[in-house]
Amino acid sequence: MSPTFDSTADPGPDALLQIVGPDGTRHLCPELDPWVTDIDADALENLYIDMVSIRRLDAEGTALQRQGELGLWAPLLGQEAAQIGSGRALENDDFIFPSYREHGVAYCRGVAPSDLLRMWRGAAPSGWNPYEVNMANQQIVIGAQTLHAAGYAMGLRFDGSSAAAITYFGDGATSQGDVSEAMVFAASYQSPLVFFCQNNQWAISEPVARQTTGHIADRAAGFGLATWRVDGNDVIAVMAATRAALAHVRTGSGPAFIEALTYRMGAHTTADDPTRYRDALELEEWAAKDPLDRVAAHLDGLGSDMNALKVRADDAAEKLAAGLREAITSMPDPEVSDLFAHVYSHDHAGLDEQRDFHQRYLRSFESTAEATA
Amino acid sequence: MKSLTFSQALNTGLRASMERDSKVVLMGEDIGKLGGVFRITDGLQKDFGQHRVIDTPLAESGIVGTAIGLAFRGYRPVVEIQFDGFVYPAFDQIVSQLAKMHFRSRGNVKLPVTIRIPFGGGIGSPEHHSESPEAYFAHTAGLRVVAPANPQDAYTMLQQAIADDDPVIFLEPKRRYHTRGEVDTELIPEPGSLYRAKVARSGKDLTLVAYGPLVKTALDAATAAEDEGIDIEVIDLRSLSPVDFATLNASVRKTGRLVITHEASRFGGLGAELAASITESCFDYLDHAPVRVTGFDIPYPPAKLESHHLPDLDRILDGVDRAMRRGGTSRGEEG
Repeated sequence: MSPTFDSTADPGPDALLQIVGPDGTRHLCPELDPWVTDIDADALENLYIDMVSIRRLDAEGTALQRQGELGLWAPLLGQEAAQIGSGRALENDDFIFPSYREHGVAYCRGVAPSDLLRMWRGAAPSGWNPYEVNMANQQIVIGAQTLHAAGYAMGLRFDGSSAAAITYFGDGATSQGDVSEAMVFAASYQSPLVFFCQNNQWAISEPVARQTTGHIADRAAGFGLATWRVDGNDVIAVMAATRAALAHVRTGSGPAFIEALTYRMGAHTTADDPTRYRDALELEEWAAKDPLDRVAAHLDGLGSDMNALKVRADDAAEKLAAGLREAITSMPDPEVSDLFAHVYSHDHAGLDEQRDFHQRYLRSFESTAEATA
Repeated sequence: MKSLTFSQALNTGLRASMERDSKVVLMGEDIGKLGGVFRITDGLQKDFGQHRVIDTPLAESGIVGTAIGLAFRGYRPVVEIQFDGFVYPAFDQIVSQLAKMHFRSRGNVKLPVTIRIPFGGGIGSPEHHSESPEAYFAHTAGLRVVAPANPQDAYTMLQQAIADDDPVIFLEPKRRYHTRGEVDTELIPEPGSLYRAKVARSGKDLTLVAYGPLVKTALDAATAAEDEGIDIEVIDLRSLSPVDFATLNASVRKTGRLVITHEASRFGGLGAELAASITESCFDYLDHAPVRVTGFDIPYPPAKLESHHLPDLDRILDGVDRAMRRGGTSRGEEG
């Protein structure tokens, strides 16, 4: 490959680490370039296919909600590079503690379509078995999962494991006490944990300026964490920063923090109406920094066969979408007994009594039906 | 048999659990070199090391949240909350995370975390050091809540709580830490016995239910009532979730009268739940409505007033008199 380099950019204090700019131009980035020397045109094409796939996954989620098949959906539109770049940087035995918007990271983990949708459909309290994919279930309380990740990473350190933990959260979560406490604990025990903040600029209707007047990454530095502030719409830069952060934490040098600047192009959830609180011009500005378009432009410049690539990407995306639709139509409704299952791992006299009572209550309708038949 | 104080029994129990299972780790503020402010973990860091007895930063949500993460990884953490009134910063992690993870993960993630909380008053401390938060936790699905009342139970129940695959809130009656008793350290408890109530004293006239610090007070009240010709059966509840209603109902069906006592405020407390459930099950056997003798619905008072707030022998006997229709203080117009 013969990328074009633009080494004239002067990285000021507010500069983001970036490898491929919005127009598809590749820049020299001495801090990140060494981490992605293996990402050639073929590898980048695969990342592009991943991003097209999860954009389609996300569109399907919103469509299924509009059709009444899902109760709610939290769109990831615009955050494809942040999720694919980081998700594809992880090793299989690294453990992920996500929030509720990381469908793209779950996709990287090979989570089945039915398991991606089960919780959003209201058919179960969560989707997948965390131990099968090394990824915890969704966390809806903002920032609470960062402490679970800090504890898990303590365990990794006690075990002498070479694996790392990573936790995903947004800009809004950085105001939560739990996130600060997680950084305190991770730093105190020098745990192998990467904090991955997708700063998508909005916490429902509140702009990031309501959470902090400085850079989020600078706050992490105050806790003693190694920090990277990266263009979250640049999939190669995100991958490089995540690899660098993972390498840092694996050496026992303490936790790391990545602030990935991106943008939530869609609503907070399908129940939200962002036109009430944000400017269309801002949306246009960020649309020009689209994570997929810049990779396509860059690959085009490298001489990739873009028509062939787009066919491959659309095929993969369509297959994924068909799998999601099939998963919804074939998903059984939960059993009434699921109300009581798994509240405890073994007998609990009080709950067992309520379960048995409710079974007798339901059976009373059966006998009434038989009597009148 | 060994003669141990309540706190020594807890320490011995922790040691036994740690020796039995290398995944048992202790976490909390000042529990290492200092041995905890009540010295319950005295000497354990020296013997088991800093990775088994972990001094934590001063952040209760952080302590419980990281204990959850360690349990995710296969550990069996035992958390010490320094005082009852300091558990509230950890409320979300206990109620929304610890309690619900097994349900949320559809049984895939077990969180065998024990949270030890010194609870209750009577030690002359300033605010936040004498609270009885049990109703919050007993109300929360997914948690188990237990409270030992004597050194033997302190020793045995703590090990059973740690061995349980579900999260357990373990309430320690701090004003009984120095109580001495005989402890059989060879005792192998029956499976499931952690969640059973015990008849601490049998009697035929009235059932008096207590747990934690008030079991001793209840037993003293029963002895005093004997002189007045009232034969009280004292039940040590031991488990607050689940509640052993089989034992309670059998007792009330025998005596026909029920008095419940706890230090915690009355409104929405354990006493209300016990009274309602037992009345539903035993209505035809009751000779009098259940009577509650509890702390008032007030913030925990300053030390010089706490003796008025805490149910003592006389207030319990006053409740007994009411249940026996032998007088006792009138509940007033509304009563």
